[in-house]
Amino acid sequence: MTENQTAPDPGEKGSSAERPGPGLEPASEGEGSQAQQHGPVVAGRSRRGMFGVSGSGDTSGYGGLRLPAYVPPASERPYGGWFDEVADNLVVALQEKGIPDAVQQITVDRGEITFYVDPGHLVETCRTLRDDPALRFELCSSVSGVDYGPDVPQRLHSVYHLTSLTYRRRIRVEVAADWPNGTGEPPRVPSVVEVFPTADFQEREAWDMFGIVYEGHPALTRILMPDDWDGHPQRKDYPLGGIPVEYKGAEIPPPDQRRAYT
Amino acid sequence: MSTEPLTDPVTGARAQQGGDPFAASARETTEGRVYTVTGGDWDEFIEETSGEDRVVINLGPQHPSTHGVLRLVLELEGETVVKARSVIGYLHTGIEKNTEYRTWTQGVTFVTRMDYLAPLYNEAAYCLGVEKLLRIEAPQRAQTIRVLLMELNRISSHLVFLATGAMELGSTTGMTFGFRDREEVLHLLEFLTGLRMNHAFIRPGGVAQDLPENYREKILEFCKVMDSRLPDYDKLFSGQPIWKQRLQNVGYLPLDACLALGATGPLLRSAGLAWDLRKVEPYCGYEQFDFEVPTSTDADCFARFLLRVEEIRQSLRIIRQCLDKLEPGPVMVDDPKIAWPAQLTIGPDGMGNSLEHVRKIMGQSMESLIHHFKLVTEGFDVPPGQAYSPVEAPRGELGYHVVSDGGTRPMRVHVRDPSFVNLQAFPAMAEGGLVADVIAAVASIDPVMGGVDR
Repeated sequence: MTENQTAPDPGEKGSSAERPGPGLEPASEGEGSQAQQHGPVVAGRSRRGMFGVSGSGDTSGYGGLRLPAYVPPASERPYGGWFDEVADNLVVALQEKGIPDAVQQITVDRGEITFYVDPGHLVETCRTLRDDPALRFELCSSVSGVDYGPDVPQRLHSVYHLTSLTYRRRIRVEVAADWPNGTGEPPRVPSVVEVFPTADFQEREAWDMFGIVYEGHPALTRILMPDDWDGHPQRKDYPLGGIPVEYKGAEIPPPDQRRAYT
Repeated sequence: MSTEPLTDPVTGARAQQGGDPFAASARETTEGRVYTVTGGDWDEFIEETSGEDRVVINLGPQHPSTHGVLRLVLELEGETVVKARSVIGYLHTGIEKNTEYRTWTQGVTFVTRMDYLAPLYNEAAYCLGVEKLLRIEAPQRAQTIRVLLMELNRISSHLVFLATGAMELGSTTGMTFGFRDREEVLHLLEFLTGLRMNHAFIRPGGVAQDLPENYREKILEFCKVMDSRLPDYDKLFSGQPIWKQRLQNVGYLPLDACLALGATGPLLRSAGLAWDLRKVEPYCGYEQFDFEVPTSTDADCFARFLLRVEEIRQSLRIIRQCLDKLEPGPVMVDDPKIAWPAQLTIGPDGMGNSLEHVRKIMGQSMESLIHHFKLVTEGFDVPPGQAYSPVEAPRGELGYHVVSDGGTRPMRVHVRDPSFVNLQAFPAMAEGGLVADVIAAVASIDPVMGGVDR
């Protein structure tokens, strides 16, 4: 590296090949798999008032509106259709593996079944889903990060859509990232690349966009943003950016500063 | 590759003194000697590197053979590729983030710009996801119009595969054929939807407007043109020895590798599995159509080429069946809280307004004006929850994971783009082969960088 070179050397801090510090090794079963007490899955933000306005001395009553955050309810049996069969087989298979509490909640909504899984047991659950002859979810269709907003506990989720080509079924597996508050630690989810190699690019995308650290991923680097980018653009507290635009004499604010009705 | 004359870091001297800025140059770095070649000057490079065991070639992101702004990093031993990696992100536009700041209806105009060769699939998959969240279903006529438009779009997308794939392998005749015929599709789509690309025609709840008059004649005319032109591709390619030698047994990807790497679409079908979402989990009424899913067990680039040509034929079959199935009826759900009140009519500019509706809201009904204004500016609420809606796009499974928190804007729109996922299969197809086969392998994946980078 010469004096006038601005880019850091490979492996140094800030470079594209920055070595992660200690503590990023995949957590071994048991000790590192923070099987913490899990509360309800909050999937949405609570709202008050209208138009995103507060403190305006509003007397119309709109400011008093309260909308609680959405919490997907756990479904009661029977789930209907093949959902019961898959759920039964998964429960039995997980018991045989000695992790009966891996699935925290099952939600059936809009004809789709969602398994909320303890992040500590995610990899083993995925392996079971793939290998068990009664389940056979061979294809991991999609991995996506979801950010439910800064106010939500466990705001970052990682969502997997698994497809069984044998039985022509689709399920959704959702985990909330472990993110101890106030420690400055990144949110962590175990990587499923060893089970589904196709998750490679998709987990890199979720890391890039949401900053979820997939522990055990072979090369967790940015994929869409430049290597030296700061921040994770799809987090809710990352600004969209944009400039006001003048149109026929009026100034149109950038999209993230326009009046919101939600 | 740089087009600037490079400065030698040791001597500080310009590599090229007033000479040809595109000529070959070299410089020393910590990783070894780096050469810049821009085409036509490979002889010098080969002479200089004759003693080296391994050469790392950086191909792209600006290169006519890499199918867009795709960058390939190839490690070569002689002419054999020992390691291949793809670098993406050069066309990242942040569409997923942008949709979170618009209404659900406006989202259509964003997602249609992702995979720009298959805009109608993006619209349809997105709208199916939103409709699932809303627990509504588009009317029958709208569903059939969607199928019609999607199949037209499949033809145009596969024609671009033929055109660009042929050009990358050196057959410029194939390119002119492909783009000529694609233009026919785009003209037809312009007639039907008002726009050649980025239609934003399929909307949550149905489609933006009904098909124009004379649509049947125009579509039948198009089918006739395509019928007469499809044999040209067989004449030009299917039996051609050079084309066969370039593609047969190249880019091999067996079934287990497809599943592990998540490859879907023609890649998966060329490996022998008849996995087509139109058949296995029909949407938009595909179960009523009679068509075949072509497969092959060769799992090579030539099989993928043949499959795509056959899929064009099957799409033409579906389009003809659509014309018989189109019954008169509404093209938007009968829910004034979702459907926009104005039935827009196409004007000479391709888009337009309904004068009747304008007269009503401006002159007669204040409530209608308020309703119209609120629905267009504020949008409709979508009940909280999440949905995943997959469709069979030309390149494979295109899935939309849409999450709502109950507001008028999406909480999250994630796109499982087939190009993005299939591109992971590229190293498995290219490593161990010759450098010329890399181009064939990438062409057979047919990645669209607008979809890969989003």
